Amino acid sequence: MRILVVEDDAVLLDGLKVGLGIHGFTVDAVASCGDARAALATAEFDAIVLDLMLPDGSGLDILRELRRRQDATPVLLLTAKDTVADRIGGLDSGADDYLGKPFDLDEVAARLRAISRRAAGRASPVLAWNGIELDPGRRTVEVDGKPVGLSRREFSILEALMRHPGTVLSKDQLADRLYGWEEDVESNAVEVHVHHLRVKIGRDAIETVRGLGYRLRSA
Amino acid sequence: MSSIRTRLFIILIAATTLIWLFATAWIYLDTKRQLQHVLDTRLMEAARMVGSLVTSGEIALSARAGEAPASIPLPEPTHVGYERQLSCQIWSFDGRLIGRSSGAPEAALSNETSGFSEQEVGGEPWRVYAFADRDRGIRVLVGDRLGLRDRLVTDLVRGLVLPAIVVVPLLAFLIWASVGSGLRPLRRLTQGLKARGPEDLSPVSVGNPPSEIRPVVDALNGLFGKFAAAREHERSFTAFAAHELRTPLAGLRTQVQVALAARDPEIREGAMRQTLVAVDRTSRLVRQLLAMSELDAVPDEGEPQDIVVGRAIEDIAASLRTSHTDVGVEIDPALHHTTIRMNRELFHLAVRNLHENAVQHSPAGGRVRWVLDSSASPPVIAVEDEGPGIPEDEIGQVTDRFFRGRHRSPVGSGLGLAIVDAALRRAKASFVLHNRQGRSGVRVGFGIDVATG
Repeated sequence: MRILVVEDDAVLLDGLKVGLGIHGFTVDAVASCGDARAALATAEFDAIVLDLMLPDGSGLDILRELRRRQDATPVLLLTAKDTVADRIGGLDSGADDYLGKPFDLDEVAARLRAISRRAAGRASPVLAWNGIELDPGRRTVEVDGKPVGLSRREFSILEALMRHPGTVLSKDQLADRLYGWEEDVESNAVEVHVHHLRVKIGRDAIETVRGLGYRLRSA
Repeated sequence: MSSIRTRLFIILIAATTLIWLFATAWIYLDTKRQLQHVLDTRLMEAARMVGSLVTSGEIALSARAGEAPASIPLPEPTHVGYERQLSCQIWSFDGRLIGRSSGAPEAALSNETSGFSEQEVGGEPWRVYAFADRDRGIRVLVGDRLGLRDRLVTDLVRGLVLPAIVVVPLLAFLIWASVGSGLRPLRRLTQGLKARGPEDLSPVSVGNPPSEIRPVVDALNGLFGKFAAAREHERSFTAFAAHELRTPLAGLRTQVQVALAARDPEIREGAMRQTLVAVDRTSRLVRQLLAMSELDAVPDEGEPQDIVVGRAIEDIAASLRTSHTDVGVEIDPALHHTTIRMNRELFHLAVRNLHENAVQHSPAGGRVRWVLDSSASPPVIAVEDEGPGIPEDEIGQVTDRFFRGRHRSPVGSGLGLAIVDAALRRAKASFVLHNRQGRSGVRVGFGIDVATG
């Protein structure tokens, strides 16, 4: 899952970037409203972690702009202001969840998974497709009941495909979910990871749609 | 409980009663005197009249001894209550009663030959006027009873006192009611104050208060206003402080969790380093909050001391130097020959925060310069940085607590310049801030009454 973190405190931003990275998220970190707008204009995110008090404006402005564009990307507000009125204001502005500082890193990760699951309209936290079961929280994959060990990138690709079963995802879209901006992406990186993935979960599980990308094979 | 109403009531009633009693006593004495005078004149006239009637022979007297005294007709009094006021006797010089009015006692009314006298006759005090007619050898005595006179006065006074006794309760009621209505604004004020809760600091409203109450209402409202402002200030300060602390605490917690969760030693080390930065920042914030509340708590300017500015700034800059900054510090040599008188702690607070502020806003490799501008009046000690400067529209707000402008440094709290301002205010020095001319950056410092040595 690729997420955008908008937070102006350098230490906290770094902590979220690294910490959520450990939890398997691909994190892009920005520190101002301006940078956040630029990031949202150039890439697609599965969720956004948004601070309210930013140097060049309020996070709520970003949130309202997003919703005005009919962009339903799940948003988790992180803020020092967490009175009931603040929470109500945030949620009514279109936020999906609200966490007061200081918070628990694991809880942030869990809430991110929860709001993206709700956004996709799924009831179960475990993604399942044709005998493959992927648990984003525990970061485990089972094929026909047997656990399979995947690398972080492989897990991310499989997770992206399983979140949109039957939909074709282009190599660029997959690369977006694997890498933040600061990481260099080799041109054939996605192909290499898909190749390893096929070895681990079965050759036929992932279908190549020539010229377009990959999708999970229908049953 | 002593109530103004009761007190006023008692004072007014007592004063009224006293004045009344005084007036009554006055009237009593005066009337008595006047009456004495009038009645005495009447006695005198009556005596002379009887005398002259005897002389003209209109009254026949029993000239012989043993004969009953002639009756002297006196005008019958019309008023029943005071009937037989006057009594008249005519005595011969040889001591015979030769004529008397009806109802007059038989004993001599007076032993005097002429003039007024008072005497007890038949158990009653009499006032008598004696008139002697030496030609005819008779003494005419006309008198009236003193008891009657007293009754006259008493009746008169009773006529005055009786209505008063009836009126006093009515007056008491009127005084009680009007004092009550006069004090109504005070009562409304009291009720208004009693009814408000401990959190209610809104101004008291008593409609249109009378001029005696207005100062009280104004003073109360002034006090409420000040109290509300102080509480609001305290509340917002606490709220801001809490908010400001939460972000670095969140950063700390996250970094520690990262350090615990990371298997990669490089990530763990990075998290530890970030933790250190966060701890430094948080402790600086706490220090600033303490400084701020201390500046708020003690409003005096403290004991001024002689401070050699250059040396002092050098010490402060050295104490603030950290391993991870590469900002150069330069101190104007003239400052080493400048001595000012200021409280050392206030000076330290101001300079420390000015210096931190300048360093934080400097770009990597930038230079912070402490300068003495003796051309200004008063001379100014200031620090210059090479940072982005402050947008002109924000300059008025930089000393607001927790204000962080658009060109904020990543580690600021918005308290630095507020502390500088508060410290300088207490030291009675002026705060000077403007963007640098010709290049980006800010010059910020304070005006001094300089004693250059």
